[in-house]
Amino acid sequence: MNVTRRQTFMLGAGAVAFATLGSQATIAFASEESDKLIAEFSGGKEATAGKIKLKAPEIAENGNTVPISFTVDSPMTADNHVASVMLLALGNPGPAVGTFNFTPMSGEAAASTRIRLAKTQEVLAMAKMSDGSIFMDKKTVKVTIGGCGG
Amino acid sequence: MFSRRDFLQWAAVTASVTGFSSGLTKAAAQQKLTQDDLLKFDSKGQVTLLHITDVHGQLKPLYFRPPSENFGVGAFEGIPPHLVGEDFLNHFGINKGSPLSYAHTMVDYVNMAKTYGRLGGLDRTATLVKAIRGERGDNKVLMLDGGDTWQGSYTSLKTNGQDMVDCFKLLKPDAMVGHWEFTFGADRVKEIIEQMDYPFLASNIVDNDFEEPVFESTKMFDKGGVRVAVIGQAMPYTPISNPRWMFPEWSFGIRQETLQENVNKARDEGAQVVVLLSHNGFDVDQKLATVVSGIDVILAAHTHDAIPRAITVGKTILLSSGSHGKYLGRIDLDVKGGKVVDFSSSLIPVFSDVIDRDPEMAAKIDEVRAPYEQECQRVIGKSEGLLYRRGNFNGTWDDLICQGLIEERDAEISLSPGFRWGTTLLPGQDITIDDLYTQTSMTYPSVYRLEMSGKQIHDILEDVCDNLFNKDPFYQQGGDMVRVGGMSYTIEPKKEIGYRITNMTSIKSGKPIEATQNYVVAGWASVNEGTTGPAIYDLMEKYITRIGVVPPLENDRIKVVGM
Repeated sequence: MNVTRRQTFMLGAGAVAFATLGSQATIAFASEESDKLIAEFSGGKEATAGKIKLKAPEIAENGNTVPISFTVDSPMTADNHVASVMLLALGNPGPAVGTFNFTPMSGEAAASTRIRLAKTQEVLAMAKMSDGSIFMDKKTVKVTIGGCGG
Repeated sequence: MFSRRDFLQWAAVTASVTGFSSGLTKAAAQQKLTQDDLLKFDSKGQVTLLHITDVHGQLKPLYFRPPSENFGVGAFEGIPPHLVGEDFLNHFGINKGSPLSYAHTMVDYVNMAKTYGRLGGLDRTATLVKAIRGERGDNKVLMLDGGDTWQGSYTSLKTNGQDMVDCFKLLKPDAMVGHWEFTFGADRVKEIIEQMDYPFLASNIVDNDFEEPVFESTKMFDKGGVRVAVIGQAMPYTPISNPRWMFPEWSFGIRQETLQENVNKARDEGAQVVVLLSHNGFDVDQKLATVVSGIDVILAAHTHDAIPRAITVGKTILLSSGSHGKYLGRIDLDVKGGKVVDFSSSLIPVFSDVIDRDPEMAAKIDEVRAPYEQECQRVIGKSEGLLYRRGNFNGTWDDLICQGLIEERDAEISLSPGFRWGTTLLPGQDITIDDLYTQTSMTYPSVYRLEMSGKQIHDILEDVCDNLFNKDPFYQQGGDMVRVGGMSYTIEPKKEIGYRITNMTSIKSGKPIEATQNYVVAGWASVNEGTTGPAIYDLMEKYITRIGVVPPLENDRIKVVGM
């Protein structure tokens, strides 16, 4: 399934009978925040798929600590390397996870961390290369109530 | 109980009833059904894979009614394994009323069960395995256990899976994988592995600290002059579907990148054939075959799907060998120039009245059951109707459990997990302790009783439903829909999460379930640590004993729309 952020938002808005006004407002705010962070990081440049690979579980075993990692395909030379990678959890009240800066001395552009996910959402990894080009990968991570499988 | 003699006589009677027109072939086939027929196989090549999976603690022959609903969604709608009943028969060209029809579908189930008798029994399976080893030679056969072996019966619960370990040892498996095995706890899993003289494989389990592999991922074999790599894959969502606190240091997941690395490594080390012994579930495996390259065969498990022969996805051969010991899966591979060039496959139904009991295994089964046999056979009630579990939305066994939960725990609504294990009782059969535990045998059996808001109940139903009907199988966990008592609802599987469940109505009040109102809910198999309440098997023993005779159960509380 490829849930876009728009669909995620609609999903939140659609559960009319069960959603509160407060949580809808939070979702709208978080979405604006993500747009702002992406615009700042990319300098308004269009991101393309490829180069960066984000690894995340399809379903989180524990939403409080979800292991994620990324690698970027790059020779990491002085004139062709990864400058930085930004991670966003698009469905969290505060979407910013962190930004990792690299230099040619880093050798490779890769990192892993654990993040908290409030609910099912997309996690986005965006790489800025030394020439200013932008690459992106996203994964939907489902956060479930659990149980009943078998 | 049908003896083989009865079986043949019955077939002869049918022949006279159906006459000599269309019924002749069918009746003749029934008359001739023998162990040798079941073993007939288009043998080829150098390697034979034997696959048994999801036995769920069942050592003895049993009835297991195949499902009436087994819906697939998205790319998997209307294709195997998502075909049931007559659609299944038509797709695979199986005659209605034939042994295969009984083994694979619920069409005319009760009559067919009376005719063909029980399936399974590990002593019968042992006979088949020995015969195939004899035909092919040990040096060509790989015997693989797909997991969900140690859990599911009274004796497996009392012995912490030891009964199954001891019996399976006699089948001489070459490797196994796991799922419910982990519900005996990490320490017990490690303890059993030390006793086993074959590996417990898992490419997709790492420790939570450093994400390092916990188990061996791969085992290499030389069979018939061919180098075969078997890679294991545990149920990816074990820590979500089952209590994570029982094996807190281990993390699972599909981990397709790790799998690809292990496949590549096996090839680099000279594997000419790569077999994935999987507990992913059939749809997950169908997708996996398209995103991981270099797997020749996937032996599928977990979702309990049984299809008469293997299918192919691209160059990958997939066989799903059912459950409860009903079948033995077999694939023969012809390998030339380091590649699989041809194969033949079959799922052999283990007709217990036609297959001889292997004396060694029969004695071992008697031995492991002996301390418990009397208790196992204790009768606690009788069923007037058909009691079964498997199906996407409900089963009569679960309807009975849901009613027991409501009455014994004084609840308005009850929830019972959508497990796919659990056997079938025919109308008029006694209900024994053995039967009860085929439905309830587990290490986290506490029945909780608590208040939930209408919103919480709706959230749970939506959550579980998405585990079943998410269009991307990598987000499916493999069970059936949670069973609900005391409430009716409408379900639209093809919608998105949050929109599938509507019209939730209380049976007691006849009124809609309100999001903000609280309801008393009883349920079992909670994955949360510290859940308190009576064990489900004790509660149900009390309930069944109290009512004595279980009337035929009808469930018209769930309305399925759009399928």
